[in-house]
Amino acid sequence: MRKLTSKSSLLTYIVIIIIAFFYSRDSLVTTSVAGSALLFGLPLAMAAMVGILSERTGVVNIGIEGTLLFSAFLGFFIGALSKNLIFGILGALIGGMMMTLLLALLAVNWKMDQIIAGTIINILAAGLTSFFYKQGYALPSILPRWEVPFLSKIPFIGPVFFTHGPLTYIGLILIIALWVGLFHTVWGLRSRAVGEHPSSADSAGVSVVRLRYINLAIAGAFGGLTGAYLTLELVGSFDRGFSAGKGFTALALMIFGRWNPIGALGAAIFFGTAQAVANQLMITGVVNIPQPFINMLPYILTIVVLAISAGKVRPPAAAGAPYEKEKS
Amino acid sequence: MKTLKGAATPLIAIIIAFTVGGLLMFIQGANPLTAYQSLFYNAFTTSDGIAKSLGKATPLMISGLAVTVGIRAGLFNIGAQGQLIAGALASAWAGYRFTDLPFIIHLPLALLIGILFGSLVGAIAGLLKAYRGVHEVITTIMLNSIVLQLAEYLSNGPLKEEGSIIARTPAIEESAVIPDLFGLPLGFFLGIALAAIVWWIFKNTTTGFSFETVGRNKSAAWYSGISVKKITVAAMLVSGGLAGLGGAIESLGVIGRFEPAFNAGLGFDGITIALLARANPLGVIPGAILFGGMRGAGPNMQFDAGVSPDIVDLILALVLFFVTAPLIARWFKLRNTEQRSVTSGWGN
Repeated sequence: MRKLTSKSSLLTYIVIIIIAFFYSRDSLVTTSVAGSALLFGLPLAMAAMVGILSERTGVVNIGIEGTLLFSAFLGFFIGALSKNLIFGILGALIGGMMMTLLLALLAVNWKMDQIIAGTIINILAAGLTSFFYKQGYALPSILPRWEVPFLSKIPFIGPVFFTHGPLTYIGLILIIALWVGLFHTVWGLRSRAVGEHPSSADSAGVSVVRLRYINLAIAGAFGGLTGAYLTLELVGSFDRGFSAGKGFTALALMIFGRWNPIGALGAAIFFGTAQAVANQLMITGVVNIPQPFINMLPYILTIVVLAISAGKVRPPAAAGAPYEKEKS
Repeated sequence: MKTLKGAATPLIAIIIAFTVGGLLMFIQGANPLTAYQSLFYNAFTTSDGIAKSLGKATPLMISGLAVTVGIRAGLFNIGAQGQLIAGALASAWAGYRFTDLPFIIHLPLALLIGILFGSLVGAIAGLLKAYRGVHEVITTIMLNSIVLQLAEYLSNGPLKEEGSIIARTPAIEESAVIPDLFGLPLGFFLGIALAAIVWWIFKNTTTGFSFETVGRNKSAAWYSGISVKKITVAAMLVSGGLAGLGGAIESLGVIGRFEPAFNAGLGFDGITIALLARANPLGVIPGAILFGGMRGAGPNMQFDAGVSPDIVDLILALVLFFVTAPLIARWFKLRNTEQRSVTSGWGN
């Protein structure tokens, strides 16, 4: 842990120096790029939490994409039909939890191959959301922005961090809370034990199955929050294939961030920055990169980063293996 | 008898999935009987319908085969989709770019280029897995998106048909069109032949045995002197090549050009079909015919019964669910429930 801290503090200094340099050159553009980096990155980070929490407790989750899609679908239509965004958020949370609890049923109870179980989640969510999709519905509004008093007046930091909708704040806080929870609480210790060495956790009196269920439900809530954020706060609409691969990118960010919430958040902001800078370069016409190339940038980066860092990252030991209680 | 038992689970799964699909249609206010009747009448009874069904079934069959080869060698190739698109675009390019070539050269050349590009995309994942230990599920998912974006750029830019509003390549030359055989698409017979060849290779050759050994137990393979790295790369080359061929047949035999919107999801259907067939190369044939027929007749069903063709995707998802979940074996007390483990977590 200590090694990671020293590395990341060095990284933080470098980032601050870079931002300060660009801010001194052009404060307006720097602020707007940083703002959109957060906007692009945060949903990916929240989605990565779904994977982190699942896999830290020993369930490989490639169904993030389906979880996001289904939760956004439910959130949008419940919000649109009830004309109430709070119901929409609740719907998204329930939708996300439905998908991860289905994963729990398949992977934990029925001990299915977890990659196939995740594939089922993805295909099922795509099928359900396109079959029940109806055109012509609209939300009453999107979630309002809320400028945090005082804090939003700080130069740079204010407009970047404190002028967003409510789910942005909640998401950021919950990501940090998850990090604290995983590494500094009894629950986190137990969860990680179940993900690394379930039989030891079991002999120490932790119920492996129960904890996996609980954590997958929380993971689903993170997925639901992401879905709600995307449809109710960021975009304000829903369409077939709405999640557009974000769940898969999140999966890569999870690995990139070494199954650590803060690591994944950092990785997501890094991705967001890459995208925001590319967009900014396009707007100002410095370079003319066709949109598809900007879109594929995060995926190429992921492959390159994984190819370089492979062998150094280690997934939770029990991720992927169904737990068989030893008979004595 | 053994094969019959092996087919029991998929058959029951299909029946349950159709029943649930019918219920969903009913909830939506449509008549499921009319819908299914229209679906099967249009897919499997008229000669036009059969030709269309088999035409649609061909790329599904071959991408199912691609995924099957991967599974046999212990690789879960979610990237069949990307490899298929690479093959579809490359072969369409070869189909319109080369003019004045005789049919006997042009068509094989275009198919070969499709295979080559599919393999290329597959090889990236194979090499990264073998030499850098990057899990193929991640790389192939990423490659899917990269190839899709690249194809969108090319078919809307450098390779775009002049004067076209939508993103698509020019139509392929007559000499690259896959002809019909007795009124049925020739590609279909090619697909069946391929399935038989793959089946034979796994049953009778050392190559097939090496693939299988790596798929079942890497350390055992290593101890017996099989190069796990080489087999991993080879399996991704073959798997990607097959997926690329599936795309090539779609371009040269079904669409007649490359148009991004038409290839959506074919590779993912390949996954469903491979799992439905339990990674048996011959088993992909009936699965592909069934879903090819449904895909082809979906629009008819919408016209006759007012049911959105999206129900086909939902039924596919349900079939996959019931085939892979251990429910049916439990409900019907089937003995033959050996599930092939397809993947091995992130670790190796």
